[in-house]
Amino acid sequence: MSGILVIGEIENGSISAASGELLAAASKLAGEGVSGGISLAVMGDDLSGVTAAQAPGAERVILMSDPALKDGGTGGYDAPVLALAALNESTSPDVILFAKTDFGAVVGPRLAFKLGVPVAQDCMDVALDSGSSRVAITRPVFGGNAMAVYGFTGDGTQIATIRPGVFDAIEGEGSGAIKEFDVSGAVAAVRSVLVETVVQESEGVRLEDADVIISGGRGLGGPEPFEQLQELADILGGAVGASRAACDAGWVDHSYQIGLTGKSVKPTVYLSIGISGASQHMAGLSGARNIVAINKDGDANIFKSARFGVIGDWEKVLPAFTATIRDLAG
Amino acid sequence: MVLRIAVCVKQVPDPETPASAFKVDETVNRVVPAAGIPPVVNGFDLHAVEAALRIKDAGEAEVVILAVGNDFVMDVMKKPLSMGADALVLAEDPALEDLDAVSTVNVLAAMIEKSGPFDLILAGRQASDWDQAHVPLGLAERLGLPSVTLARNVEPQDGKVRIERALTDGYQVVEAPTPAVITVSNELGEARYPTLRGIMGASRKQPERLTLDDLGLTADQLKPALELQRLFIPESESQVEIIDGEDEADAGRKLALRLRELNLI
Repeated sequence: MSGILVIGEIENGSISAASGELLAAASKLAGEGVSGGISLAVMGDDLSGVTAAQAPGAERVILMSDPALKDGGTGGYDAPVLALAALNESTSPDVILFAKTDFGAVVGPRLAFKLGVPVAQDCMDVALDSGSSRVAITRPVFGGNAMAVYGFTGDGTQIATIRPGVFDAIEGEGSGAIKEFDVSGAVAAVRSVLVETVVQESEGVRLEDADVIISGGRGLGGPEPFEQLQELADILGGAVGASRAACDAGWVDHSYQIGLTGKSVKPTVYLSIGISGASQHMAGLSGARNIVAINKDGDANIFKSARFGVIGDWEKVLPAFTATIRDLAG
Repeated sequence: MVLRIAVCVKQVPDPETPASAFKVDETVNRVVPAAGIPPVVNGFDLHAVEAALRIKDAGEAEVVILAVGNDFVMDVMKKPLSMGADALVLAEDPALEDLDAVSTVNVLAAMIEKSGPFDLILAGRQASDWDQAHVPLGLAERLGLPSVTLARNVEPQDGKVRIERALTDGYQVVEAPTPAVITVSNELGEARYPTLRGIMGASRKQPERLTLDDLGLTADQLKPALELQRLFIPESESQVEIIDGEDEADAGRKLALRLRELNLI
């Protein structure tokens, strides 16, 4: 048993940029002594657009093509779990890494329980414990109030899902060997059926890709202020986000939600307005470089992580801020 | 036909506990319960209870609440009953405190075998203490059942269940044969508040208690596969630069100028 297997994801026909973050985590483990090389596996119904160049750091790129694997599995993830169980049996990796995405957060644990091995979810760091030669992981717990370090015991496959936005993706072009892996027999036992996927396309910049995010919370008091946030985001070429409280209140759609159970973002500037900064929200901001806070409560948790802050009523602060930005842009 | 629905719930420290009252004993890697703040039923689990009760509202269903743990606070654990659930089954034992996911799955599977069969097994999408979000997935694999996560709507139909599954950008409609394990997310909508009548009814109901012995398990079988080596509160030193002005509008203007000065926007 050896090697690290990275489960990549497909975006617009190619290996997703986020998969490069997993390759970075894998390279770290390899550098610390996990032997056997790094393989990246991807699944889909049509992988003709996948090249080894898209997987820098991977020695092997394993392609699993099957109609049942379209869009991450047409059977509510049954097919990817079955396909990966077959691949695991054939290649016996030491470590399997997933991204903690819609896909990885389900397929990772399901595969682990299918194989009867433990899984660590939402890891912010992975390291090889030189004493035990097993992987140790660091993950946030209690909504981000605390951090926990866990070590894998026993000698089975070590499966972890990695929080997006924490590792810097490996740059450059890969030159690994492409290998096909036949899963047609394995995926025959699919039970749940995907009837349809309804994508609520966000207009403009995607939150996950945005360099500037203007985000609102409970302090905004209702849905209308989000129009002002959108206006500012439009000037800056950014996106609008929200805390869970604002989404649960129905002020904006849940697709705006940033945090532990929403999206993880990595903007250069994250302007939070009327957000207290509960650790559940901050969990989505691990990758944000400059948090800027406008909040009337100077003791709000958000100021602990913010680089710049204004303590005041957003209804007075924001219009002046936006007007100045507009002048500067003009 | 009466649908039998199991809802797995967990007693957790109140996640609304202020960060200043959140303490960890690093010598034993445990969270110190905050004085005077009682535990709660995990919030997402109440959404799962709500999903079950909506099914019961629409047809005939029996809703059975299952929980694994130690030191249950009965006023807290009876909340699902006061919302309208029919029965509460507790596996309570010192050996069942802070189990890892593999062991929790084994205990829940034994409870389901004893109290079942069920047509649906619901649970919250994750617990607000360890945030792993994988016990229900493990339970499904252990029981050989299909699983669907992050439901924002659960609709049983003749021998199958139709689920709207929340995505970060939209939703999927998934159908699975029953019995199935389904995790429920907050997109389902708020859990109902207990009515006075519900509270009175719940106060008369007694939970069914199961010991490890009843479940045919021993403490030896509950050793963790992932070993907690360290639990700590991350240091965060505030380095915030507070922008002041003549008034709030002036502070807003100066904030914009400062961010521009550093080429951040």
